Amino acid sequence: MENNIDKFVCSVRLEEELCKGCINCIKHCPTQAIRVHKGKARIIDRFCIDCGRCVRYCPHHAKVADYDPISIISKYKYVVALPAPALYAQFQNLNNVDYVLNALLRLGFDDVYEVSAAAELVSHASREFLKKHKNQGTFISSACPSVIRLIRVKFPTLLPRLLPIKAPVEVAAEIAKERAITQTGLAPEDIGIIFISPCPSKVSYVKYPLGLEKSTINHAVAIKDIYPLLLPHMNMKESQLKPLSHSGRIGLGWGNAGGEVSGLLTDSYLSADGITNIIRVLEDLEDEKIYSMKFVELSACSGGCVGGILNVENPYLAAHKTQRLKKYQPVSKNRAEHNPELKDIFWEEKIEYEPVFRLGNNFRESLNMLQEVEKLVKLFPGFDCGSCGAPTCQTLAEDIVRGDAQINNCIHLLRTHVYELAKDIQVLSMSPELDSDHEDTQKIKKHIEELMEKLAEFTIS
Amino acid sequence: MATHHILNYVVPGDDFTRAGEASSAVKNTLKQLGIDNAAIRKVSIAIYEGEINMVIHAGGGTITVDISDQEVAMILQDKGPGIADISKAMEEGFSTAPDEIRLLGFGAGMGLPNMRKFTDEFNLQSTLGIGTTVTMKVKF
Ligand SMILES: Nc1ncnc2c1ncn2[C@@H]1O[C@H](COP(=O)(O)OP(=O)(O)OP(=O)(O)O)[C@@H](O)[C@H]1O
Ligand code: SF4
Ligand SMILES: [Mg+2]
Repeated sequence: MENNIDKFVCSVRLEEELCKGCINCIKHCPTQAIRVHKGKARIIDRFCIDCGRCVRYCPHHAKVADYDPISIISKYKYVVALPAPALYAQFQNLNNVDYVLNALLRLGFDDVYEVSAAAELVSHASREFLKKHKNQGTFISSACPSVIRLIRVKFPTLLPRLLPIKAPVEVAAEIAKERAITQTGLAPEDIGIIFISPCPSKVSYVKYPLGLEKSTINHAVAIKDIYPLLLPHMNMKESQLKPLSHSGRIGLGWGNAGGEVSGLLTDSYLSADGITNIIRVLEDLEDEKIYSMKFVELSACSGGCVGGILNVENPYLAAHKTQRLKKYQPVSKNRAEHNPELKDIFWEEKIEYEPVFRLGNNFRESLNMLQEVEKLVKLFPGFDCGSCGAPTCQTLAEDIVRGDAQINNCIHLLRTHVYELAKDIQVLSMSPELDSDHEDTQKIKKHIEELMEKLAEFTIS
Repeated sequence: MATHHILNYVVPGDDFTRAGEASSAVKNTLKQLGIDNAAIRKVSIAIYEGEINMVIHAGGGTITVDISDQEVAMILQDKGPGIADISKAMEEGFSTAPDEIRLLGFGAGMGLPNMRKFTDEFNLQSTLGIGTTVTMKVKF
């Protein structure tokens, strides 16, 4: 995992044996990153933003998320768990987060640091940042890596609008690591910082972080894997629990859509969740239709991170459960001055535009390719049926022009071509040379007629 | 060898929900061509404002976009009522949009001024009872 540092790394992948080559996933991919080729729905990594929709929609469970097994913790002498706030929302009747945190220790972690605690530091830094940059336009939340990846490939003009603050999980990791080093005296490489993630998007973030060169998080494991392992450890009496939780309402709410903005203590905001909704908001931001807003919170998953595909609980129930957990908590419990371990909460590097959808290498080349695309699109029937393996006629045309597909991948054009072939054969069958009574000639003629009959079956009108 | 790429759109006059389709499609094409990002932003704002004006004030119209390696030229044409006082219409904050349109968040009187601000060339021609034509260019 650690040596994979490709900037287009993605954490959803195809289990080839399970894939039936149907077109469900290609139709649901918001960036048109999947093609069915030779009967298998392969992901084109550079187009993929890790939103996990294909995993959600594949009826054969052939699209899977990649993450580390829990056993990875045995690699380290000392391991710290970073639970995402979404983890708490998975449990029935939970009224105290300490049950979960204590269970993590009993499961084998040496310490825990809540992502929700770090989230309160991020909320604080965001408030300060927005105050300092008021009247400088609308800023966009940078907590969901899928949103950043989407902007990076599709909305380059909005890159400068991203809030240049590290994601809560990164902040948590940096504090946790420093603390562990001080407390144990161990070498940094002996300490494992393990994120308990709601989604593959954040798994990719760990491998290739955005806004900094290397993440302090060592591995990401799935909420759905750890959930059943925690259950048997949660039957403690409340009085036996070590007081570990350090999150207020703001932090606990971050896993739900609208949670981040509620930490900004402003009403000049908008919050959108679900990939198609956020694409609409990004389009509107790009056209300056949204301009009076201070902040826009976006999460790729419906319901926010509790809607990530590595969760167990339905996101709407999860949101309800979070309300319950927040009830008796103060607004916020974390302040930067109590966390001297945190050196810098801001991004260390800018995120660059990745023009993966550009057709050619320069304007001329792209222009010629675009015109080829237009010609092809006119030939295709415009059904966007997906039978060619591309999600739309337009994408097939682009694939052909890029050299990645052939015109006969369109089954409708293929049928026309077969029909034309049949007509050619018919003409051939009427040629005078075949009028001889010679036995061989008659055989050929009969054979041609049979072929024509077969071909005719392809050309259903 | 092609040197231009031309896009044509019809803006329907009666459907608010479709305003923005042309600007979105043009944006997509410009990105495929690898046009400079700042220019893309200007073009999309200009076309979007023009589309909305055609829907609100003119009952629809047509858009032609001509892309070359130097510039994007846009022609927005409608057969609406026309504009009586062009210099007034160009003022920031001037709007004849009715209240129900303002409730939808339009009618701040910023559309035409923004179109001029974000383009390198801007020309507005309008004849009462005949229609309005806006020609704009963004250079790069
Ligand atoms: N295509 C058009 N046909 C007829 N009148 C127009 C047209 N475009 C603009 N106008 C007139 O010019 C005025 C100013 O246009 P402008 O786009 O600046 O503001 P607006 O459309 O009223 O509000 P906003 O664009 O801020 O939502 C309009 O209120 C309208 O009277
Ligand atoms: S919304 Fe949250 S769970 Fe969903 S992809 Fe983004 S970061 Fe992951
Ligand atoms: Mg207007």
